[in-house]
Parts: sequence; C-alpha cells; structure tokens
Amino acid sequence: MNVPLEPVAQLLPAVVDFPFREGYVRSIIYVSLYVSVVAVTLSTLFSLPIAIVMGFSDFRGKQFVKSIINTGMGFPSVVVGLVVLFAVSNQGPLGSLELIFTKEAMIMSQFVLATPPIMAITLAAITGVSENVRDAAHVLGGTRLDVALVVIKEARYGIATAVLAGFGRAISEVGSVLIVGGNIVSSDGISSTRTLTTAIQLEARQGQYDTAMVLGAVLVTIVLMVNAIVVRLGDEGAMR
Amino acid sequence: MPIQRRKFIAAVGGGALASIAGCSGNSTQAQSDGSSSSSSAGVAGETLTLTTTTSTYDTGLLGEIHGDFEEMYGVTVDAVAQGTGAALETARNGDSDVVMVHARGLEDEFMRNGYGINRRDLMFNDFVIVGPESDPAGIQGMSSATEALNAIAEAGAPFVSRGDNSGTHTKELNLWEAAGTDPGGDWYQETGTGMGEALNIANQQGAYTLSDRGTYISQRSEIDLVILVQGPIEDGPEILANPYGIMAVNPGVHENANYDLAMAYIGWITSPGAQDAISNYQMNGEQLFFPEAVSENPDFQQYVPEGWSSNSSSE
Repeated sequence: MNVPLEPVAQLLPAVVDFPFREGYVRSIIYVSLYVSVVAVTLSTLFSLPIAIVMGFSDFRGKQFVKSIINTGMGFPSVVVGLVVLFAVSNQGPLGSLELIFTKEAMIMSQFVLATPPIMAITLAAITGVSENVRDAAHVLGGTRLDVALVVIKEARYGIATAVLAGFGRAISEVGSVLIVGGNIVSSDGISSTRTLTTAIQLEARQGQYDTAMVLGAVLVTIVLMVNAIVVRLGDEGAMR
Repeated sequence: MPIQRRKFIAAVGGGALASIAGCSGNSTQAQSDGSSSSSSAGVAGETLTLTTTTSTYDTGLLGEIHGDFEEMYGVTVDAVAQGTGAALETARNGDSDVVMVHARGLEDEFMRNGYGINRRDLMFNDFVIVGPESDPAGIQGMSSATEALNAIAEAGAPFVSRGDNSGTHTKELNLWEAAGTDPGGDWYQETGTGMGEALNIANQQGAYTLSDRGTYISQRSEIDLVILVQGPIEDGPEILANPYGIMAVNPGVHENANYDLAMAYIGWITSPGAQDAISNYQMNGEQLFFPEAVSENPDFQQYVPEGWSSNSSSE
C-alpha cells in the first residue's frame, strides 16, 4: 500500500517523462475548459436574469422555488448524466440530433449541473444587498433598470462566487461527462470528448496511479488559476 | 404588484429564450458537423462509433491499429470503452454502429433480438486465474479452473469479482456455475470496476481474481500477482478461452446506424493485413491477442447464435 506517497515523490520526473503522445494532455485540458466554460457561460446567462427577477419580486411560492433550486445543488451528477443520456440517445427526444458522445451533450449535462449553484448563490447575493442601497438608487432618480444595475454591481462578489461554484462543479465532475461523452480520444491521440476528470478515471482504471495523480495536479492548478483570474477581475472592477 | 408580475413573466421568458438560444446554438453546430460530413463522397469524413470492452481499449490495441483504417477510408473511429454489457446496451439503444465484445452468450442474445448482424469471430486470448504468490488456497498449477475456484471458496481466500456485467464478469459467473458453487461471503468482493482496477484491488488485498491475459500482461510490471491457473494459450483448460467477436448494428432496427462504415470496419479488421497487425501487437514483449478471422476452412458457427440451426442447413 505504498500508492499515495510514491507518485508525489515522483511528480517531477513524471512531468518530464509524461507517457503520453504529443498534444494529448493539451487536448484534454482544452476539452475540459471548453465544455465547462461554455456550460457555465450559458448557465450564467440563464440564471442571472431569473435570480435578479426573483430577488426583486415577491410572489406566492417563492420559497418553494428557492428550495427546488437549492435541492438542485445536490443533484448527483451520475443521475444528471443518465437523464441527459436518455434525452440525447437515439431513442430519446433529441435522438435525431445525434448528440450522443459529443461535446454538446457534455455541455448539456454540465449546464444542468452548474445552473442550481449559480442561481442559488446569485439569488442569495442579490437578496443580501442592503435595502438602503436600493432605496438610494431609487431616490436618486434611477429607473428600475438602474436600480438593478446598482444591485448587481454591489453583489458582484457574490455573483463571481456563484460563477466559480458552477465552474468548479462542472470542471471537476466525472460521472455525467463519462456517460454522455464516452471518454473518446481519436487514434492520433487528440481528445474528442475526454476531459481531465475522465482521463484521470481511465488512468486509475488501468492502475496508473502516478499519471492519474499528475493529471489531478493539472486539474487543481487550472481550477486555482481560474479562481485567481475571476477574483482579480472582481478586484479591478471594485477599483474602477 | 400586477406590473411586477408582468415584468417577472417577461424576464422569465427572456431567460428561457436565452437558454433555448444556447441549445439551438449547440444543435446547429452539430447539424453543420453532420452536413459537412455527408457532403463529401462515400464514407469519407464520417465517424464510426465503436463500443467495445475495456480489455481491447486499455491494452492500447485499438489506438495502435485504428490509424490505418482511418487513413484508408478518411474517417474517424470513436472508440468507447465500456465493458461488454454496457457496450451491447449502448448499441441496443442505437448509439453505436459496431460492437466488439467478448461474451458469446450476450452476443447471441443481442443477435437473436435482432440488434446485431454479420457477426465475425475476430481474435482470442484467454483468461487466467491470478493471485498472490503465497497462494493460500493452493491452486497453483491446477489444470481445472472450476476446481481452482472451489478450492478458493473452500479456503475462504479473498476473491475479487468485477461485478460489472462485463465479458470477464460473465465468464467468471459461468465458471462458478460450472463449479457448482454459489460464491458469497466476506471473501467474495464485487468491485464494479474495470479489469485494471480490479487487478489493483486484488493486488492490494492479496486476493485472487479472474483476468484476461492481455490486461494482466499490460499491468504485470506494477503488481505482485502471479498466474496460478493458466488459460488455453499456455495449455490450460479450454473453458478459460476468451474469444472476441465483432458485429454491426442492424440498420433495419436503427436506421441511423452507420451500416456502410460499420461493414467497412468489419471487413478491414477481419482482413489479413489488420489481423497481422493484431498478432504483431505486443506489450512487454508478449503477444496479447491472437487473430482468428482469417481461415482456410469455413466456420459457419461464427455467423449465428450458438445452437442455431435451420432444417436446410442440418446435415
């Protein structure tokens, strides 16, 4: 049982002596980022207006809708993968589009997974903006749109956190992208639907724990970098 | 209040529109992919989806030989490694064009149900029973796989089962049945993982397991397990044979199946050239798969489910 320590010690040599073909690792990083970024972008465009409207209005059943969104944060990704699989499978309602084993199908499942956290955290951030700010914007002659923009600006850290939470869920998720994507690499070693997570899963399946750990380190590094960039953007926005 | 509600509805509508825009954006992209491929002549530019087992994929065989086929026809092969049960299920749903698996019983059922046609015997290797060198159940060198399994069961020595409805798992269950033992208890662990992972688990627990020879060879340098009961390649019992078959998905059942390309693939992989490539594929200096598609003598059994007969063909 010397598995966990050895790879760490070998990490540097393993990076130098990567047992993969040229371009392989770069292509799975690309697929990971492409799928997650597109899914999170679509999800943000979808969630933000809904969260804003919900944050600005009161209606019957609002708490109920909220609790549905919160429940969505706990959706097991494998179940989402199965549902999307049934949808895009040849037998399913979207079967004629032939989306199975494509990046588009992966984006669909990531969208479903990323939306609840993005919507819930954005909503919390918007409701958290103090009434005084809204009133001030209103008193200063702002239209409803102006008020909304002010609130979004005040809530930008919360919204950034929401986007990051959605991104984190999307890029680190393995169950659904494996099911709907198929973990495909073409014979020239360039990833078609293999992401970092499914590549790690494949290495682990073959008992190549060393390379699995290295790929895991790459994944963590990417998530760190994305977080740093988003936080940095938020700070710059504040200084303006 | 009514004004707010109207705005709410408008905004929700906008949100829904945005999401639909996203979806249709994806689908147009997919459609344009499709049209660009169908505009070229013949099969060139098309994609063949092959569902197959972890043993053909993880040993690196397919990645090694597919380049030739892709070059020859100007196509792409998407190989999805799933395990025999899942590979057949994906094909049954019409989501793949051709299947390469190793569980004759499941293949026959697939053909009898009308999903698979034009089956060919492709290649074979064998299963081996591996375990720790200390061999607590004393099965080393046994010439009967069923006796060996019974010895493991009687000794209550740990045994790792794939437990994933794969070809290897199916074989293992058939062996237990032939041995007349219903495995169960603390010593019998179902992992639900691929072969490589199962070997690692067995390695860490000093357990026995049934493995295909190819995956075992490709992983031997990293584990301490040794072969205790050989398969037929090394003069072991015939019951441990591991034949792989290939079938096209029936375009009569799934009209979107890429039947032309599937048959081109079957034709290619059963051709002397590709069969040579299979036999030349080595890992750690050992041949992993033995081709059997090219033969001077007829073998009609490969085309039909086992035990199938019609009056006209009976002799």
